[in-house]
Amino acid sequence: MQSYLLRRLWQSALTLVGVSLLVFVILRVIPGDPAKMLLPEGAPPSAIEELNRELGLREPIWVQYGIFVRSVVRGDFGQSFQYRAPALRVVVERVPATIQLALTAMVLTVLVGVSIGVLAAVRRGTGYDYAGTVLAVLGQSLPNFWLGIMLVLLFGVTLRWLPTSGFQGWQYLVLPSITLAAFPTALVARLTRSSLLEILSQEYIRTGRAKGLAEPAVILRHALRNATIPLLTLLGLQIGTLLGGAVITESVFAWPGMGKLVVDAIFFRDFPVVQTVLILSATIFVAINLVIDVLYTVLDPRIRYG
Amino acid sequence: MSRLLRHPMAVVGGLLLAVVVVASVAAPLLATSDPIKPSFGKRLQPPRVLGGTSAYVLGTDNLGRDIYARLLYGGRVSLALAASAVVLAASVGVTVGLAAGVLGGRLDDLVMRVADVQLAFPVIMLAIAIVAVVGTSPGALVSVLALSGWVLYARTVRAAVLTIRQLDYVEAARTLGASDLRVVVLHILPNTLAPILVIGSSQFATMVLLESGLSFLGMGVQPPQPSWGAMLAEGRDYLSNAWWLATVPGVAISLVVLGANLLGDGLRDLLDPRLRE
Repeated sequence: MQSYLLRRLWQSALTLVGVSLLVFVILRVIPGDPAKMLLPEGAPPSAIEELNRELGLREPIWVQYGIFVRSVVRGDFGQSFQYRAPALRVVVERVPATIQLALTAMVLTVLVGVSIGVLAAVRRGTGYDYAGTVLAVLGQSLPNFWLGIMLVLLFGVTLRWLPTSGFQGWQYLVLPSITLAAFPTALVARLTRSSLLEILSQEYIRTGRAKGLAEPAVILRHALRNATIPLLTLLGLQIGTLLGGAVITESVFAWPGMGKLVVDAIFFRDFPVVQTVLILSATIFVAINLVIDVLYTVLDPRIRYG
Repeated sequence: MSRLLRHPMAVVGGLLLAVVVVASVAAPLLATSDPIKPSFGKRLQPPRVLGGTSAYVLGTDNLGRDIYARLLYGGRVSLALAASAVVLAASVGVTVGLAAGVLGGRLDDLVMRVADVQLAFPVIMLAIAIVAVVGTSPGALVSVLALSGWVLYARTVRAAVLTIRQLDYVEAARTLGASDLRVVVLHILPNTLAPILVIGSSQFATMVLLESGLSFLGMGVQPPQPSWGAMLAEGRDYLSNAWWLATVPGVAISLVVLGANLLGDGLRDLLDPRLRE
């Protein structure tokens, strides 16, 4: 167990090193003259020269990478020139809004996705099953930016039931979180259905039924519990989808989170903010997936990594 | 083929996709007016079913351009970019996966770590960051899309290689003196084709979504070139008085994605029963 933890920690650390390398290559190596890019347009040559020195851009590339990593580890991601403040602070201020949206979407995904999946598996081959499948296929096929706009058209413009942009209370959360949840919900519904179907055909389920357990107990306590591991894996990987989906969803609903921030930052060519968002979201993803891997061993005592 | 016909949803998906592909390829023949030239006298005309004229079947946009023509030409761009990206991602992914599986060792470790790094980034965030630096030329867009897709092939092919190379017939080929390259190309690669095909068709859906998402954000195909994502973005400002502007391109994207997903599911059931749900 301990050696497994160590190995996973080591792997995560390696992944983060890779993340920093990739960001370094995209924002420092490809552009040719990063000092120009990391400063606002029209910056005086003296400022460019100073940043060049600070970033060590006259040094060999590996020295530059060393300087980059050192400043990132110290939390120095450069100055956002759009907000004239440290980039890390600008980004961190936007994190709660994104987390609120992503968490709401995640809760929706689990509740709706698992319910649809269970219903479809238990009532296999009936109308419920087909309706669930159709919903899942639709959820996977509708582009979230279009779904968002159509929800705005229906509930905002036509019916006037819900606000369509901004962030001032729970009712502002409804449309964006539905938009963001649609795609992962479809995946969760399909996975729940298929893993439940497999589990329901196993011996211990028959034993449970044979000893007179009520059907809900069989499904919820015995079958669903064993479907949690593949579900958790999928949900962990969907963190990326949620963070990425937030980029588009937040833009559609003018939601003041990290996703909208990065889109705006790119239009302003505010690259210190872009690099901060990239590194931060990759770190969140790696950390959550590490936690999930550890959770496996807690959830399923059979999993004991050597 | 006859087995494919027993999967009605796959057939529906294939047909949907075929109709859109043919319509896009035949855009110059089907379009009745210019997709790019504005005519301000004819702004925001409704589609024909909503009382518009038959000259503009799907109405006109905020610059008086024919939505039907823009839809056809936009489809060309979206489909061509997505298809090229799938081909590029598959070639890179399959090559890397084969190399990692066959050669193993350090190369294998390296490839799998690179794949982890790739997966740690939300696809669209990485894509917009790269596009911001390298620009929005078709080549750059295809590369960015492909960058998001190669991992899936590499992992699948690698896993397949690890299984296949222990099978007796590969052993036999080796005993007969076949070189590594010959074993890989003639004996291993053909047996990974089924999963590659399945991934490819589902990934086509993902690529269309990603490309239109980028164009929607203004970081994909650039105006005046029509693209579905950009048409949607333009239509957002006219939801209250001309809702069809944003609705029509979204339906087109959804149909293509739906078609590719259905086809992908059908192919999976058909070619790779182990993956069946």
